[in-house]
Amino acid sequence: MTAVQSTPGPAQAIDAPRSPYRRSKPTRTNFELYAWLFMRMSGVLLVVLVLGHLFVNLMLGDGIHQVDFAFVAGKWASPFWKVWDLSMLWLAMLHGTNGVRTIINDYAERNGTRFWLKMALYVAFALTVVLGTLVIFTFDPCPIGADIDASALPSFCPAR
Amino acid sequence: MARTLPALPTVSGPTGTLYRGREGMWSWVGHRITGVLIFVFLLVHVLDTALVTVSPQAYDAVIASYKNPVVGLGEAGLVAAVLFHAFNGIRIMLVDFWSKGPRYHRQLFWGVLAVWLVLFVPFLVRHLSIIFSPVEN
Repeated sequence: MTAVQSTPGPAQAIDAPRSPYRRSKPTRTNFELYAWLFMRMSGVLLVVLVLGHLFVNLMLGDGIHQVDFAFVAGKWASPFWKVWDLSMLWLAMLHGTNGVRTIINDYAERNGTRFWLKMALYVAFALTVVLGTLVIFTFDPCPIGADIDASALPSFCPAR
Repeated sequence: MARTLPALPTVSGPTGTLYRGREGMWSWVGHRITGVLIFVFLLVHVLDTALVTVSPQAYDAVIASYKNPVVGLGEAGLVAAVLFHAFNGIRIMLVDFWSKGPRYHRQLFWGVLAVWLVLFVPFLVRHLSIIFSPVEN
């Protein structure tokens, strides 16, 4: 049965009532579903990781006044804190990048603006994650050299 | 010819149905603003921490700026943002996954603010007493 048009006018101007339509183009993957789920899974872990990080660094001991090279070296002497900080780096960067991606998609209306803002975001993500990961894996708690001030080293270093 | 639009439903009494302007909207606004703020700090924080691979002096010089009382107030703001984002995030998960979450989303929001206050006030007392005391060495 064909739709009956009761008023004169352009035949194809308005779709017939209840004609099937899609809000958006169908996607091949469930990426947005997994991104949504990842925000919640990583969020739970980050509550523990970030609040623990803040508690140990800002509340215990001398708080922010205790933080220096020797303090970081003392923490990263233990694999526990290396794993903690590495997990926090990756989860927080993925969580934050996906959050900002959502905000860009919401507020940048022009296709080109949206594309370039997201490219800048992904470059910042890659640089920060690679740099942070390298720092944790290549960290030397007892660097030696003429330009190194031995008094800044942790107490367990032979140069101290 | 100006046409008048039909009146929009308004929030009236405890049975208001509008999301806009109520706890749900402010929770969403707060989550976005604190999220962006934390992300920007995270990028900076990875960069300053990376100085440990340059030299101990380079790291200590930059971290010294974190011990400045004015920067210390900024750190308190950051912790305030992190605490809100953390507990509002738990509220979002309860709304999404707990069968009664959507019904109690407004009460959960006030719960988030209560937990935020209970944790932030002791932190602020501790942190202010540290940043306004002299730095040793």
